[in-house]
Amino acid sequence: MTTLDPTSLMKMLPDTNSLSALLDELPLGVAIMDPHGTLLLVNKAYETLTGVDRERVVGLGCLHALRCDYCMKDCPVMVGWDKMQTRNVDADIINRERRKIPVRLTVSPLINEDGDAGGIVETIAIRGSHTLNETTTGVFGLGDLVGNSPQIKKIFAMVPSIAQTDSSVLITGETGTGKDLLAEEIHNASDRSKGPFIKINCGALPDTLLESELFGHTKGAFTGADHDKPGRFRLAHGGTLFLTEIGDLPLPLQVKLLSFLDDKVVYPLGGTKGFHTDVRIIVATHRDLEDMVRNKQFRQDLLYRLNVIRLHLPPLRERGEDILMLHDHFLKMFQARFGKKVEGFSQNATTILQDYAYPGNVRELRNLIEYAINFCDEKSIRIRHLPGYLLHTPQQTALAEKTGQGESSAPLPLQPLSNPTKKESWEDVQRRMILDALLKTGGRKQKAAEILGWGRSTLWRKMKHFGIE
Amino acid sequence: MEKILIPLRDNDVAPRFDLATDVLIVTLIRKTKALDTVREKVVVLDHASPETMCRLAISESIQTVICAGIESEYHDFLEWKGAKVMDDICGPVDTVLESYLAGKLSPGMCFYPQNTK
Repeated sequence: MTTLDPTSLMKMLPDTNSLSALLDELPLGVAIMDPHGTLLLVNKAYETLTGVDRERVVGLGCLHALRCDYCMKDCPVMVGWDKMQTRNVDADIINRERRKIPVRLTVSPLINEDGDAGGIVETIAIRGSHTLNETTTGVFGLGDLVGNSPQIKKIFAMVPSIAQTDSSVLITGETGTGKDLLAEEIHNASDRSKGPFIKINCGALPDTLLESELFGHTKGAFTGADHDKPGRFRLAHGGTLFLTEIGDLPLPLQVKLLSFLDDKVVYPLGGTKGFHTDVRIIVATHRDLEDMVRNKQFRQDLLYRLNVIRLHLPPLRERGEDILMLHDHFLKMFQARFGKKVEGFSQNATTILQDYAYPGNVRELRNLIEYAINFCDEKSIRIRHLPGYLLHTPQQTALAEKTGQGESSAPLPLQPLSNPTKKESWEDVQRRMILDALLKTGGRKQKAAEILGWGRSTLWRKMKHFGIE
Repeated sequence: MEKILIPLRDNDVAPRFDLATDVLIVTLIRKTKALDTVREKVVVLDHASPETMCRLAISESIQTVICAGIESEYHDFLEWKGAKVMDDICGPVDTVLESYLAGKLSPGMCFYPQNTK
């Protein structure tokens, strides 16, 4: 228990900026509040975790800034202090990026001379938690990554030792192989796990905006820059900065990144003063960086600096038995999430899923299973519960034709509409037409109705009839 | 006619979409540019559940959801179902609604004193 008045605490330091600078160095999110839970000060880690701007949250009730589930339960800030004792709870928050983050929350009263709470100090730290762990045995999993093939096991074995160093890591692999998850696992296994894990996609922002996002800017650096912005490098202080799609980083920024990797100092846009920041860099790309170097699209010296530790995630088609394991893994996960009692896959569905090439890798497989469980109203997933495009590859169409009898209870029509099989009922054709149209239009019913040549109400009525939500 | 859904915590926009048990449903009938008819009802859920909230939004044919913290899963679902989601809003519900009716509300706004983003 702390026996200090917040005002006295403030007085002990020359000014609030000094306290703020001190708190900014901590890897935990810290908020100082008055006895009613009104925010007086938050540190950098708090800003990073919640996504708030510290200048805008001062004066705001803590529950509106933190959005923690504990605020709605029996948080002493809300219901009053029963005993002046520190509370330590596992909770979750929803940040400004709409992500639910499990946190360890500590709420402590600052006792004044009268023995009352003169203020409150709150700390938040990310709790290591993985949703997938709930359904995995842990034997074949590393956090959210699951696999049992030799290539994947080799990577799992390397992660703990990689995590203990501060060297840059380059992760390569096709889209959907789990590069982001691996980066996060390296961070979680490292000593920096209490610090922030900041991810930025180098291909998602225009060049000028990306520079400002990464390195920050000073007030007046460009039109609209009405306040200083710290940038992701500074926000990731004490943690890990994950730059995904590094191959899309423009050449001028590659030079700036190179300079940072050399001296660990960030120069915000429009500023002359550099800021030292302690950040581990992990980068990922699906591109061939060596080839990009040869084509002068990527700096060779930057590649050498990033390529200290290189991890390559194999595509799913090369992971053999992992495909079946991942089927079961995602089946269990979505079973639990959607509360469905789907027990497994029919033999034919398994064959189709096994023979598919998965160009989108694990992400695609996960989406396939999610789709199938959503549409499955039986105990096992059959061919007709799988997305239509899966069946349009020649190999799969032939297989589905061959195996159509095996699932005659409700066969999915696989041929073009002009040539339906005898076993195909009109209801099945309509059902498939609706699903295809909805897939093509991304779920927009108006457009789907136009494609089908039906009125919107007809489509709605038929969707209801077939139980398509 | 427009229908708006706002998760409530007392008289404020609830900090969390998934933890609110009171929901304000506003039916807005725009008669002229200057004259609106506003009907309000409060639905009380037996327990807080984002899925129930989403189902309510769909069954009530809600066009706009005004809320504070919402997970992307539910945000994307509601948008996919055709509802416009204005999130990261905090403040007393009357003030928020007033701002919305005046066409001034945008995501990220805060209506508590000292905080007028």
